[in-house]
Amino acid sequence: MTKETERPEPKNPVEDFLRMDRIPHIWCSGCGIGVVVSSFTDALRKSSFDLNKLAIVSGIGCTGRVAGYIKLDSFHSTHGRPIPFATGLKLANPELKVVVFSGDGDIFGIGGNHFIHAARRNMDMVVICVNNFNYAMTGGQVAPTSPTDANLSTAPYGNFEHPFSLPYLADACGASYVARWTCLHIRRVTKSIQEALDKKGFSLIEVIAPCVTLYARRNRLGDGLNLLKYYYDNSVIQHGADTRTLDIGYQGKMIVGKFIDRERPTFLESMNTHMKKALGDKYVPYGEQP
Amino acid sequence: MTEIQFSGFGGQGIIRCGLITGKAASLYDNKYATMTQSFGPEARGSACSSQVVVSQDRVLYPYITKPELLVSISQDAYDKYEPELREDGILLIDTDLVKARPARGKIKMYGIPSTRLAEELGNRIFTNLVMLGFFTAISKVVTPEAMKKALPGLVPQRFLDINIRAFDQGYQYGLETLSKDQKKS
Amino acid sequence: MKKVKADPKGVLTGAHYLDGDFAIAEGALAAGCRFFAGYPITPSTETAERFAERIPFVGGIFIQMEDEIASITALIGAAWGGRKVMTVTSGPGFSLMMENIGLACMMETPLVIANVQRGGPSTGLPTLVGQGDMMQVRWGSHGDYQIIALSPDSPQECFDLTIRAFNLSEIYRVPVFIMADECVGHMHEKVVIPPADQIEVVERKWYDGPKDKYLPYKPDKDLVPFMVKAGDGYRFHTTGLTHDERGYPVINAECQDWNVRHLSDKITKNADKIIKYEEDQIDKADVVVISYGITSRVAYRAVQLARKAGIKVGTLRLITVWPFPEKRIAELAKKVKAFVVPELNLGQIVHEVERCSAGQAPAVLVSHCGGWVHDPEDILKAIKEAAK
Repeated sequence: MTKETERPEPKNPVEDFLRMDRIPHIWCSGCGIGVVVSSFTDALRKSSFDLNKLAIVSGIGCTGRVAGYIKLDSFHSTHGRPIPFATGLKLANPELKVVVFSGDGDIFGIGGNHFIHAARRNMDMVVICVNNFNYAMTGGQVAPTSPTDANLSTAPYGNFEHPFSLPYLADACGASYVARWTCLHIRRVTKSIQEALDKKGFSLIEVIAPCVTLYARRNRLGDGLNLLKYYYDNSVIQHGADTRTLDIGYQGKMIVGKFIDRERPTFLESMNTHMKKALGDKYVPYGEQP
Repeated sequence: MTEIQFSGFGGQGIIRCGLITGKAASLYDNKYATMTQSFGPEARGSACSSQVVVSQDRVLYPYITKPELLVSISQDAYDKYEPELREDGILLIDTDLVKARPARGKIKMYGIPSTRLAEELGNRIFTNLVMLGFFTAISKVVTPEAMKKALPGLVPQRFLDINIRAFDQGYQYGLETLSKDQKKS
Repeated sequence: MKKVKADPKGVLTGAHYLDGDFAIAEGALAAGCRFFAGYPITPSTETAERFAERIPFVGGIFIQMEDEIASITALIGAAWGGRKVMTVTSGPGFSLMMENIGLACMMETPLVIANVQRGGPSTGLPTLVGQGDMMQVRWGSHGDYQIIALSPDSPQECFDLTIRAFNLSEIYRVPVFIMADECVGHMHEKVVIPPADQIEVVERKWYDGPKDKYLPYKPDKDLVPFMVKAGDGYRFHTTGLTHDERGYPVINAECQDWNVRHLSDKITKNADKIIKYEEDQIDKADVVVISYGITSRVAYRAVQLARKAGIKVGTLRLITVWPFPEKRIAELAKKVKAFVVPELNLGQIVHEVERCSAGQAPAVLVSHCGGWVHDPEDILKAIKEAAK
């Protein structure tokens, strides 16, 4: 008879929200994506949402793998397309809360047009964008978020383009809620996700995260800890900051915080209000919550 | 099988003419009718047209090849489409807007001041209905009852009565034209 | 397969004078489509306009997306949200949709796409007819997969086949294409819409077993897996990556073999149930004209003339183009002198006919680059040649 010397490890509090049969995950050690996933599961744990009514959609890339690990109705769509996928999902079943979890290249590079229009329509969804300043899954290519002067595999002599400021873009397009944090601000990320989940309309939460294997190595920025130190030294919390002032220079200062929190009718609210006005009783309202 | 072409300039309701005729023939006269039209920049230019093939049997080839009935409510349209008209065809024109050459071969030409008659009814937008009435009387391809039944949905409801009046006026003019024509011959 | 009567809310019962584009919209509404995402493109736009006009009185969504990529992707999302969904497009828009048509196939998502074909390549002939996308619809997305494509020859058939397209997409969990063309899309003819209780509509193959046992990609006896929708508590996963029965990515050759063969098998092994064609005077025919869409109507005129000239000519009109009726063509190839295949392209379906005929009877292409339909005389000439 064998001796029972092994003790079960205490259950990780995030286990209930993950597909544990898919762990270990594929992310490198020192990567920031897991931190954001932790904040997300933490926000779910603290919320009172019916988890059966929460769906998550990802695109392609390192962050694009998040949907695969989260134990919700989860969709791993194509590169750049999680937002239109989520648009269809939400409109087909309006009782769902839909979260798009994907990377900067996916949402703002190949999928940039969809972001613009979903924000313009105030489509009811939460977009969590992990911004690691490069295309990581394919080996560290230049992204629309790469800071000027940073070195990337397809900008081997340094990036000479000007990057997107994601909060500025979201603000200009009409998003209802816009925040930016870094991987260092885990409790604030959690809080922002909670707020965005409670918010109706289009929300963007940008989380700046280290890509240790590619971006940091290529630019000789050290390991994950060095990058967290950089965030610590250079991020300045400025809630409500003018979104025109949020550019990020190479290893420069980063203004973080909650910048936008406003009320606008969502796509479905606008549709129902307008159609009732235009068509009266003949209109069959769609997807209104009782 | 009868191939019909309506022609004029954009805004005269040329497409409507085709739709009304096709709908009348296929829904209320128990025939087959396929209606096609030109699309794109050419449809918005000076001469536009719609075509209807009416037949006792199912229409196979959808387009007109050599129309036997041509309706022209503008000079450009007449100039452009008249050469395509069959040698023994029938040509219907707006006498105020089209200066026609003497008819070719055995072509029979009939005229109506459709725009002027429509203006007398209150608005030149009824020109196409006056012309359709005229066309119905002369061509006998569709019945006037079917044509009138086809109007709801294809003309605005609030103008239905006046469109019917416009049609009747054109139809009457057509009957009179025919009887004069018979007396002559 | 659960068949029900159509929901009368969407059925515009009666005789109408409609163009093919409008008839597609009415077919979709009758079939229970309540979600339409699209982008304007000639000559398919009228379908979107009709749907946008009608849906507020039926209850559902019309959304004009920012492009065709967004449209097709929104459809996939909306199908997983539980709706019957469709879009329409034409050449350039169809090309933009290709990647996500692959995603729809991989996720085994029921949806319907109508392609009102115009002349291509590129911007080509926006307002004029073509049939140049017949191979693109079969092979346009990367990798191996199977789809279903139907080809209507009239506005009435646009209506009828749109309903069938929805039903097939639900039965096989696959994108189904209505390969119309500008001529059929823009021509007006009589369209009879039957009463709702005479329209048979197939419901989604919903799973109703225990929640923790649900496997989104476990094939049922008919090879088609059961489906659930987001929000019903299954907390399932689906991906465009090669995946196992659970929908989990498995990146190796074994899983790829299982996954890809499955996508193909569920269509090819059910092909007899999907394939429909219409034949006329084929038994004693020396020559058989094989055609589809508007070209079949033009070909019939040539066939009538050929018969008057004493030639024994039969016709086979493809109603289902994909999967291709290979058995039937192979059978006929043993009996006839030749096939004549008129197409508004430089030869697409003719290659399939050749493949199935396997050298037993030549397939004579009557090509036309589009912009107009064939001159029936050209087809007649080919029939006469072939009959010699």
